[in-house]
Amino acid sequence: MLYVKDIYKTFNPGTINEKKALNGVSLKLDEGDFVTVIGGNGAGKSTLLNAIAGVWPVDGGSIYIDNFDVTGMPDYKRAQYIGRVFQDPMTGTAATMGIEENLALAARRGKRRGLKWGVTAEEREKYRSKLMTLELGLENRMTSKVGLLSGGQRQALTLLMATLTKPKLLLLDEHTAALDPKTAQTVLATTEKIINRDGLTAMMVTHNMKDAIAHGNRLIMMNEGNIILDIKGEEKKNLTVRDLLGKFEEVSGEAFASDKAILG
Amino acid sequence: MAEYLSSLSFLGLLSRFPAGIAQGIVWGIMALGVYITFRLLDIADLSVDGTFSTGAAVTVVLIISGVNPILAVIVALFAGVAAGTVTGILHTKLGIPAILSGILTQYALYSINLAIMGFKANTAVSVDKYALVISSRNITLAIVVGAVIAILIIALLYWFFGTEQGSALRATGCNPEMAKAQGININAQKVVGLALSNGLVALSGGLFAQYSGFADVNSGRGAIVIGLAAVIIGEVIGDALLGKYLNFAGRLCFVIIGGIIYYLVYTIVLWLKLDSNMMKLFTAVIVAIFLAVPYLRSQATSSFKKAGKLSGQEGKED
Repeated sequence: MLYVKDIYKTFNPGTINEKKALNGVSLKLDEGDFVTVIGGNGAGKSTLLNAIAGVWPVDGGSIYIDNFDVTGMPDYKRAQYIGRVFQDPMTGTAATMGIEENLALAARRGKRRGLKWGVTAEEREKYRSKLMTLELGLENRMTSKVGLLSGGQRQALTLLMATLTKPKLLLLDEHTAALDPKTAQTVLATTEKIINRDGLTAMMVTHNMKDAIAHGNRLIMMNEGNIILDIKGEEKKNLTVRDLLGKFEEVSGEAFASDKAILG
Repeated sequence: MAEYLSSLSFLGLLSRFPAGIAQGIVWGIMALGVYITFRLLDIADLSVDGTFSTGAAVTVVLIISGVNPILAVIVALFAGVAAGTVTGILHTKLGIPAILSGILTQYALYSINLAIMGFKANTAVSVDKYALVISSRNITLAIVVGAVIAILIIALLYWFFGTEQGSALRATGCNPEMAKAQGININAQKVVGLALSNGLVALSGGLFAQYSGFADVNSGRGAIVIGLAAVIIGEVIGDALLGKYLNFAGRLCFVIIGGIIYYLVYTIVLWLKLDSNMMKLFTAVIVAIFLAVPYLRSQATSSFKKAGKLSGQEGKED
């Protein structure tokens, strides 16, 4: 499904701020895998997701989606395979456009955009029923500007947009980190529901170890631009936060740095 | 003072209004182009000062060489599209900041516009000799023709920005990150927007040349500021009158109305016998004030100054 082969990325090479963000990362995802990605600050979690999404070109290595080499494609071309939800609720939606307009833009991801009408009547009905599944009442506000919605609502909408046409891969980059705890749980539950319903292949970066353990069928931990742990199947099901911390210390030789990750 | 006041004739002012309206409509079409870049793409495109004159030069030269005046304006539109594309390529393919790209195009166009007119700064086209689309000789007709053209353009823009392609362009201006995530090539969208915008500006320049009976290499000077003035005046009035009921087509109509109001004010300034050379200063001040209003409004509700004052009051109670 997704095959990341030995990728490298260094930011600000040759300067005092040089940062080796990805150090030969390799990763293979099977169809239907839901992987949670954890690690301390600067471990390379978001960088890995951005490399896969094609935000910038990698310095070395290859990225395949369904055996197709996408390494040379910019993000807007990879968008035909990839749905994304960002950390900042403002990033995933167009604030001055209506809810239905945002959905219509997402529905055309990976398709040619011609001079046909931007939102058709039959689409509207489809969006209405899709929005109902979010249970936020957005189906009654289809023409409202997205800028009027709360962060949680916008994130739920972004999630719907990212999965409106089934993506080969769904990338969630700490998409609940900017929300209050209660809203975060609601959005997370919706995420889980959509991924299970559509059988999506997904990667979710999180700071929260509990969430990382509770969701998905596989967990990877990153440190200093590398994957240092890859836990799946039964082992993942029986995992506890304590286990995870122990394993982190074992592999990296240092204590896990973030209190937020332990307590959150 | 009394002598000055008695020299002002109110009827004289009224008689000048129709000409102001006609000019306002023509410049309002130019402002529609500015609206596309400034409001929809979030780019302040300075190429328009050059493309307005390009439109005028192309139109006049073609008419003199025997081309139908309507066709001449359409060719002018495509000349503007070409100029806008150049700005777009400078910005997206060569990584030059949008504002500088516009300045470069505008600067280059000065030479090009002169070349189009055979290196004369000014070329006349008489309504007596040619069947011009619009002329200051017949102002009533000019207003009607101008209004019809403006409505036609607004209808086309309304349609275009409602299509899949037009929506992609709006999304690019609103949130480029989101647009990219939805598979939109934002660089291509920016080029399309700049081309379309400059096409409209050149078309307006072509109409203005016919209206005034000549093309001048300097006729586009300050077009961006006049365009911004029309956009902003239109928005303020549109929001005040219709508020949230103002839809996209309405907003475009108010851009034209903004252009008309700008030229009516201009007419009043001339009527008051103020020096018309001061008009640029006056316009700049108006645009600066209106551009500052949203910021100042947000400062009124939340600013360090206000926070400091509130804190000072609380401190006294301790």
